[in-house]
Amino acid sequence: MSRRTWAAWGAGAAVFAALALLPRWIGSDYLLSLAISVLMYGVLASAWALFSGPTRYVSLATVAFFGVGAYTTAVLGEVLPWAGVLAAALALGVAMALVVGLATLRLSGVYFVIFSFGLAELVKQLVTWWEVNVTQEIGRYVFVDITQQDIYWQLLALLALVLALRALIDRTRLGLALRVIGEDETVAVHVGIDTTVAKVLLFTLSAAFMTLAGAVMAPRWTYIDPSIAFAPVISFQTLIMALLGGAGALLGPLLGAVPLVLLFELLSAHFPNHFSILLGGVFMVIVYLVPRGLIGLWRRRSRP
Amino acid sequence: MSAPLLQMNEVTRRFGGLVAVDRLSLAVQPGELVGLLGPNGSGKTTAMNLVSGALACHGGQIALDGRRISGLASHRIARLGVARTFQLVRVLGGMSCLDNVAAGLAFHPRGAHGAQARARAQSLLERVGLGTQAALEAGALTYIDQKRLELARALALAPRLLLLDEWLAGLNPTELRQGIALIRSLRDEGLGILLVEHVMDAVHALCTRCVVMNAGRKIADGPTREVLADPLVVRAYLGEDDEEAAHA
Repeated sequence: MSRRTWAAWGAGAAVFAALALLPRWIGSDYLLSLAISVLMYGVLASAWALFSGPTRYVSLATVAFFGVGAYTTAVLGEVLPWAGVLAAALALGVAMALVVGLATLRLSGVYFVIFSFGLAELVKQLVTWWEVNVTQEIGRYVFVDITQQDIYWQLLALLALVLALRALIDRTRLGLALRVIGEDETVAVHVGIDTTVAKVLLFTLSAAFMTLAGAVMAPRWTYIDPSIAFAPVISFQTLIMALLGGAGALLGPLLGAVPLVLLFELLSAHFPNHFSILLGGVFMVIVYLVPRGLIGLWRRRSRP
Repeated sequence: MSAPLLQMNEVTRRFGGLVAVDRLSLAVQPGELVGLLGPNGSGKTTAMNLVSGALACHGGQIALDGRRISGLASHRIARLGVARTFQLVRVLGGMSCLDNVAAGLAFHPRGAHGAQARARAQSLLERVGLGTQAALEAGALTYIDQKRLELARALALAPRLLLLDEWLAGLNPTELRQGIALIRSLRDEGLGILLVEHVMDAVHALCTRCVVMNAGRKIADGPTREVLADPLVVRAYLGEDDEEAAHA
């Protein structure tokens, strides 16, 4: 690795160490919960872009995995130790992603988008059906002995992991393979890339982070039902944050998540009844004005 | 003679009721340059797609060096040493020329990735005349340069068999002369080359042997001069598409 790469890794580690100390100084619960929201969407958007950034497969299945993670905590939170809950969520997310990935990654373009959205709805309906017919209670209380600070640190660790993983993958053959797939899948197979393996692998890694984020976030709600855990708006917000920042770059999704979480917080606090309308407006403005993301704007500026 | 490099045996491909390739048999030896000719719609590109695995055969067999490759996925065929260019040029537009070639180097057993791949990619770019454009985005290249880049990417696979689908179309006379010299030098290195081409000057200059297709079937196979004088071939061209024949 070059000296510049080492410097970048060092700087990244220093920033995360500083962020880890942040809760010590944050006195207010409100600010801490805002920081947790930023981190949650930071993890989701970065995990989304881990797969969708280079391959350009637009997925709306984020909340399918996130919700499964949240439900794992709700169901197993009192039965298993915390590490066991996370391991179970990880296993479930990976198994689901493998099945879905193998079955669907032959689809491309708009068909994949629609399928991924359908998947999220399907999982939501399945969980609802189970709760109505088997447990006969639609909501669940999440009793886990976890503090807000624990949630903050765990999300921060997930964010560090997902960014480090993407930085590592970018340097390998796998990273090159994903970029070639994103450019032209026909060329990809004709230069010897096993596109199915590459896509399913990355889709699964990405889903693993989403599932864990859901598991970690569940205790914060204390009460969940399918319409909370599987809210489609989570998928859409993740997507728009990654697009705003620029899904093709390592830090792009984060760059989109920070301002948008703050903006959505502001909008939902001041205009609770019109939030959905404003959200739609924000989506359209972003797609029209920054189609290549903030990173893309900056790169075009800096190019002579 | 040992087993040919490429052997197509009674290969058939249908699209619904249309038989695009009908029991096609042909062979290419190492170091041999075979022209695959025929009027538009005669099944030439489909035949190429069957060899590269982009389409599955509905009948017959294709073998590379005696090893059956029909039925394998495209990426496995590519790794075994079959490289191709596309009729409608396909470059990785958002990536640099160097990365385009690096993509060809990275995924086969004789390939390379990272620092050692850069030098090899650069020398391949120089071979096709793009040495100074390595850092340029491939999408910014002219059409002709994109074709050169596509060839460099195909060569990065270190192929034994090269499929060129109208690679010489659209070149000006100087570029055509360079292109012909380049392809000849590849053949001299021992590559087997199957060439779909409408530029007859190039066919005469390059191909020792030609296979002519019409409506999915092979209608002639032999030394270029004899094949092109064959009345059946002349009728296929003149009888079905006047413009094509005038062009030829």
